[in-house]
Amino acid sequence: MNLDDYRGVWVFIEQNDSKIEGVSLELLGAGRKLADKLQVPLAGFLLGHDVKPLANQVISFGADVVYVIDHLVLKHYRTESFMKGVMLLAQKYKPEIILYGATPNGKDLASAVATDLSTGLTADTTMLDVDVENRLLEASRPAFGGNIMATILCKKHRPQMATVRPKVMKALDPDSSRLGKIIEEKIDLKEEEMRTKVLQIVNDVTKKANLADAHVIVCGGKGMGDFQNFQLIHELAETIGASVGGTRDVVEAGWLPHEQQVGQTGETVTPKIYFAIGISGAIQHVVGMKNSEFIIAINKDPNAPIFDVATYGIVGDAMEIVPKLIEQFKQLRSEKGGEISYA
Amino acid sequence: MPEKFDVIIVGAGPAGTSCALTCAKNGLNVLLIERGEYPGAKNVMGGVLYRKQMEELIPEFWKEAPLERPVIEQRFWMMDKESVVQFGYKGLEWAVEPYNNFTVLRAQFDQWFANKAVEAGALLINETVVTECIVENGKVVGVRTDRPDGEIFADVVVLADGVNSLLSKQLGFHKEFRPDEVALTVMEVINLPKEKINDRFNLEDNQGCTIEIFGDSTKGNLGTAFLYTNKDSLNIGVGTTLSSMIKAKLKPYELLDYLKNHPMVKPMLAGGESAEYLAHLIPEGGYRSVPKVAGNGVIVVGDAAQLVNAIHREGSNMAMHSGLLAAESILEAKSRGDFSEASLNIYREKLFDSFIIKDLEKYKDAAHTFEKYPQYFNDYVPMMNKAMSKFFTVDGTPKREKQKQIMKNVTAEKGTLKVLQDIYRAWKAVK
Amino acid sequence: MHIVVCVKQVPDTKIIKINPKTNTLDRRSAPAILNPYDAHAVQEAVKIKENTGGTISVLSMGPPQATAVIKKSIEIGADRGFLITDRAFAGADTLATSYALSKALERINKEIPVDMVICGKHAIDGDTGQVGPGIARRMDIPPVTNVIEVSEVNQKEKTVLIKRKLTSGYELIQSEMPCLLTVEKEINGIEYSPMPNMIKAARYEPIIWAVSDLENVDRTQLGLKGSPTIVGKMFTPPRPEGGKRLEGSADEQVGQLMEVLMEKRDLLTMQSSK
Repeated sequence: MNLDDYRGVWVFIEQNDSKIEGVSLELLGAGRKLADKLQVPLAGFLLGHDVKPLANQVISFGADVVYVIDHLVLKHYRTESFMKGVMLLAQKYKPEIILYGATPNGKDLASAVATDLSTGLTADTTMLDVDVENRLLEASRPAFGGNIMATILCKKHRPQMATVRPKVMKALDPDSSRLGKIIEEKIDLKEEEMRTKVLQIVNDVTKKANLADAHVIVCGGKGMGDFQNFQLIHELAETIGASVGGTRDVVEAGWLPHEQQVGQTGETVTPKIYFAIGISGAIQHVVGMKNSEFIIAINKDPNAPIFDVATYGIVGDAMEIVPKLIEQFKQLRSEKGGEISYA
Repeated sequence: MPEKFDVIIVGAGPAGTSCALTCAKNGLNVLLIERGEYPGAKNVMGGVLYRKQMEELIPEFWKEAPLERPVIEQRFWMMDKESVVQFGYKGLEWAVEPYNNFTVLRAQFDQWFANKAVEAGALLINETVVTECIVENGKVVGVRTDRPDGEIFADVVVLADGVNSLLSKQLGFHKEFRPDEVALTVMEVINLPKEKINDRFNLEDNQGCTIEIFGDSTKGNLGTAFLYTNKDSLNIGVGTTLSSMIKAKLKPYELLDYLKNHPMVKPMLAGGESAEYLAHLIPEGGYRSVPKVAGNGVIVVGDAAQLVNAIHREGSNMAMHSGLLAAESILEAKSRGDFSEASLNIYREKLFDSFIIKDLEKYKDAAHTFEKYPQYFNDYVPMMNKAMSKFFTVDGTPKREKQKQIMKNVTAEKGTLKVLQDIYRAWKAVK
Repeated sequence: MHIVVCVKQVPDTKIIKINPKTNTLDRRSAPAILNPYDAHAVQEAVKIKENTGGTISVLSMGPPQATAVIKKSIEIGADRGFLITDRAFAGADTLATSYALSKALERINKEIPVDMVICGKHAIDGDTGQVGPGIARRMDIPPVTNVIEVSEVNQKEKTVLIKRKLTSGYELIQSEMPCLLTVEKEINGIEYSPMPNMIKAARYEPIIWAVSDLENVDRTQLGLKGSPTIVGKMFTPPRPEGGKRLEGSADEQVGQLMEVLMEKRDLLTMQSSK
């Protein structure tokens, strides 16, 4: 394998019902930076049926080139058909880097493609960079349950591939004046040769987030005082779209079911934002949440150990602070027409 | 038809495992049932393993067992609010084979130990709770577990199910413990780099130290605290009787937080990271609480039989030794083909002949004495600290004069007669 | 019906410790367990077998002590288990792992043809989810990942109906057999194993294969040699400005907090599922 034959940064553009997934746009933003550093074009590749109209959007979000394969058999994602399409493109155009969103379909596709290309694939990346001199993708990801980061390299194989967690990278602001090239490729696929059939797709966005998977958690402790006051925790969580957690004391007092307990004997959580409200920070609680990315602690006791792990601490009465927070968020929401977007 | 074993052992702690190991080594068909995910998962030990009893079971175990450090120094602290009186012994003879004691992490050690029993031929089943003994015609013939099709049978059932042995209660061997018979020990493992531990405790790599703390460690409650050195972590813990905990309305972790923040202790822990937090009941009743230990087709070992010396904090060694004695008794019973209470009661005799019961008897009044007369911890420890402070403070007073003053202070605070009484009572309790 | 379940022994990441100085895993303290997703995979095989009959084999790659997870699988209800263990496998990434496992599957398939392979969605120590689809590609059978329900296993037509979880919602897929499924935890609840299974598992001795027991193995595709990815470096994620106390009145503090949260606006969204 001559590594120099491989040039360019590619992003898998995942679409459902002709709507591009957010993570694909985020990856165009991240890919743009890598491509600029390596001084190569950034390409998006788009597979599906009747998807060509989406190509311009891909360009407006940062791509120089969009490869499109349009085929009826590609109407719904299936590993076998999509993989064939990606293999065709990758073998013909030889990109040096391919990024996929770490979604069910993105991960599925990347794993299959990596096997057939006999190349390296890094899963669930949260940091991307390149070693320009060696043209190496530096894909970093949390390892061992999120306690530390590992940077994975693929030195001798191309393309270098990674799946990237949604909501980690930033999309560029779309620029509809951007220019790019759209390249269409033909593929030979026959429905009767497909070994799987998609019979039905059911969208269900109402499903409640599992605590261990939650992005944002509002966790309350015994410091909330009583069951009545604890409802403020629920209210704050609802306002910002977070999941609710509680300490062991809270669960033992019956204010929350056991599934919502955070700590050594409950769930270990690693959300992006963790509100610890009325929680002193006993060890058995802290071990279950200390790896959260951003911890906000609200507690009356200035010596509470929770402040040692908190990114930001407020010494104060939760009964006073939390209603004010809720009010602020609600205000933001009404200004922005129902969505909390801070932009 | 459910299987029948020679022996079913309930609980894969030190007592159960040593019994299983000895039985299996001698060709018995052994089933060892553990409720935790793996042996050691539910165990908390101060972290000291005694060489002697372990060596009887596995010669030269230190060559392969997952041990932390050989203990070469034992310190005792009489701690007041801002001071401590220390004494202890450090000897390099303990730093070489065959060693004296070791610090261990139970989660690893128990697993290793149970594996030894498995290698010897015992069957180990984890994550299974024995709900009751199956009794037929006044004889224990097997156990019922919480699993589907969960009945299993055996000639002898060994109860090694820990301090709150529901099974021996079911059999009426003992009643519910009184809160003053059970201590609650709360402990934490704190990760700290090896070099820091060596520096702070004045140790080499393969040397360990144990500190037993009396006095202010338990916020004036009856009990003791400890600080042990592992390879690259510390075990810190505090234990007090359940009754004094209830009386003082204390939560276990509050006690531990208090100890960790004590000015004498805090610097030892500085920069460490909490890795594990555990709370556990330890029988502290001593001699007076030893229940019936054998019945028709059943034997009780270890904590379940209340075999713990509260004063010297020896539980695991007594547990192991009782397991061994139980195994010997079962083997003898097997050769007689008689598993009745009369036949198995040889175990009780063995226990009473061993160091276990002798030690328990020796200290039988200690816990009660200290519980009844809290002045030992509440008054004398601070007094001792004041005395030492006075004695060592250089202020121009001649030493002889200082001694006189100290004695005067002591008797003024307590009254001469009272002091003498207390000394006599304490001496009687532990002599 | 012959189902093969691929299982992995993993350190329990819930209680794992990292040595802060060397940034390496402190394996002493972490008990080794059956990867939780794989337990659901075995359970699903047991459920399927209740209707179809047949044999459940489990397959694992790992050090000799990984026989523990095969025994665990027997507890759940598997019939037999294979462990491939060899120094040559050491240091394998997902590509080399799927290669080694597919070679073992080849041999298993030769003895009793395999109708279905089931894997856990991912292993909790690696979180990659790449080995399952990799095996499917190497065996040239269709993979279906993120499975939350298996129904209508039709042995005559060699088809199966599968519910596959999507980012939001699910899809219903019909797949030919043999096929490979990777399952989510929610696919089933782990049943409490009956006592006879426990005793059978405690006695069971897994079948152990080394590389030399497998046929047509290209040794350059095994272990470290066969792994295109390497770990470049390990580092502790930077904790942003830790331990800052906000000052002022309650209103001022709330105001400061809102400012901070707005800086982190990309973290806080209206969607709370990862």
